[in-house]
Amino acid sequence: MKILVGIKRVVDYNVRIRVRPDGRGVETDGVKMSINPFDEIAIEEALRIRESGKADEVIVVSIGGDECQQQLRTALAMGADRAIQVNSSEALQPLSLARALLKVAQSESADLVILGKQAIDDDNSQTGQMMAALWGRPQATFASRVELDGTTARVTREVDAGLETIEVELPAVITVDLRLNQPRFVKLPDIMKAKRKPLDRTELGDLDIGADAPLSVSDFAPPPARGGGIKVDDAAALVAELKQRGLV
Amino acid sequence: MMSKILIIAEHDSNTLNPSTAKCVSCAAAIGGDCDVLVLGSGIGDVSRQAAALEGVSIVIETDAAHLAHPLAANLAPEVAAAAGAYSHVLGPSTTFGRDLVPRVAALLGVNQVSDIMAVEGPTTFRRPIYAGNAIVKVDVPAETTVVGTVRAASWKEAATGGSASIESRPASSEAASHSRYVSLEAGDGERPDLQSAKVVVSGGRAFGSAENFEKLYALADKLGAGVGASRAAVDAGYVPNDMQVGQTGKIIAPELYVAFGISGAIQHVTGIKDAGTIVAVNKDADAPIFELADIGLVGDLFTVIDEMMALLD
Repeated sequence: MKILVGIKRVVDYNVRIRVRPDGRGVETDGVKMSINPFDEIAIEEALRIRESGKADEVIVVSIGGDECQQQLRTALAMGADRAIQVNSSEALQPLSLARALLKVAQSESADLVILGKQAIDDDNSQTGQMMAALWGRPQATFASRVELDGTTARVTREVDAGLETIEVELPAVITVDLRLNQPRFVKLPDIMKAKRKPLDRTELGDLDIGADAPLSVSDFAPPPARGGGIKVDDAAALVAELKQRGLV
Repeated sequence: MMSKILIIAEHDSNTLNPSTAKCVSCAAAIGGDCDVLVLGSGIGDVSRQAAALEGVSIVIETDAAHLAHPLAANLAPEVAAAAGAYSHVLGPSTTFGRDLVPRVAALLGVNQVSDIMAVEGPTTFRRPIYAGNAIVKVDVPAETTVVGTVRAASWKEAATGGSASIESRPASSEAASHSRYVSLEAGDGERPDLQSAKVVVSGGRAFGSAENFEKLYALADKLGAGVGASRAAVDAGYVPNDMQVGQTGKIIAPELYVAFGISGAIQHVTGIKDAGTIVAVNKDADAPIFELADIGLVGDLFTVIDEMMALLD
């Protein structure tokens, strides 16, 4: 069985985001970039499935310029078997991403695709669901537990009402939530070893995904600030203040 | 051209989720006709609740056994089949909508606008990115269906008092053979739901144990409040994870939010910054939550809770 994991290069989650003064994006110059944290959990889950003997190969794919090879190498160092860069100079929106990932999944005959539930830059949370739709295959989003039994995946999902469990037949797309696992740390010898693992480069144009009508995204702005607050000395003053504001 | 908006109702077969009424408010901001699509099995009550929302023209009900549970693989083809007559398809930005709506968008061959927080025109919206640390304008290209999710924290529920007609629409697809619903392990249903509660009290790791959270539950019951928690409290095992408030948990906007023993990590702050009034109680006067709080109190959370219990009698 083959598992395909899609990963995205994003601004590291510890970086404080600053909107560029020209309003055309956020500052990325000299900013630390990392694998999207949810995608890291996706890689970890794929590796654990392979290590349990239920999969033979874990392939990581990223769509972007050559700079995303850095994140693909990290995934290889974590333990993925090989990597594919789909070279694209422009940032794609989820529908095109889904089409491109589907082409890769089909050419690799992937049985399971694991993605993060969302990227922490665009916060779209769309690509996995779109890919499953275009594929005509099941989706199991926001997974906090994945159990494979032959060609069936039993997935527990983190939903607003609690924990929902569904079963899906492979091939399927699973998107992962934060509590699924704790990704492993990469050790130095693994980084050396990862340099010798195969990293193939495909041109986005060669995947022939067609054109879609992208959304126009503009006018980046910082969120409105909250006004200054007051301090109170004790619970009595707090309750009095809340009563005065009609809140309790 | 006047907008014609289809809203996908969220429900549990008996009760319409308040997120649907928030979508109706978003539709009112867009302007035009607004219909609600109720998919499920045995959903007469839900359809009647949707028909009572002010601003809804028609409630379309598709009642079929295979729609009993919200499996996106079964629901998406029904929405896509109904969408042909509409300029806009909207769902809530809850886990229900975030699961389903992108699948609909892909079936319709369009990109989706996630987390609509403001409407600037029929095809122009504002939405947060980077966990709310930046806001962008999104324009949907002409001639394509607008498919979007509506950010619950940004919209008030539409009023009731309407009387839309209810029409039945037969299911257009069979059950997907590749997806099966197994079970739902619900969280504690005794208190108001975090997303819709007007008051939320919330606790952090400083509580120290699951038993100590009982004090917070007692205060919540006195205030009629929902109860949330920081990720640290969830990770420590004090509370179940459906109580987590923040970027990776629930994003909420109650009228009053009271944070006890929560330091205010960026993760958590993202989930509460649209609250009406934020109160922070923390032993550490330098905790970052105080930068955000409208009312701050430096002190021991257990003492403050005990005193509040007495004062609120």
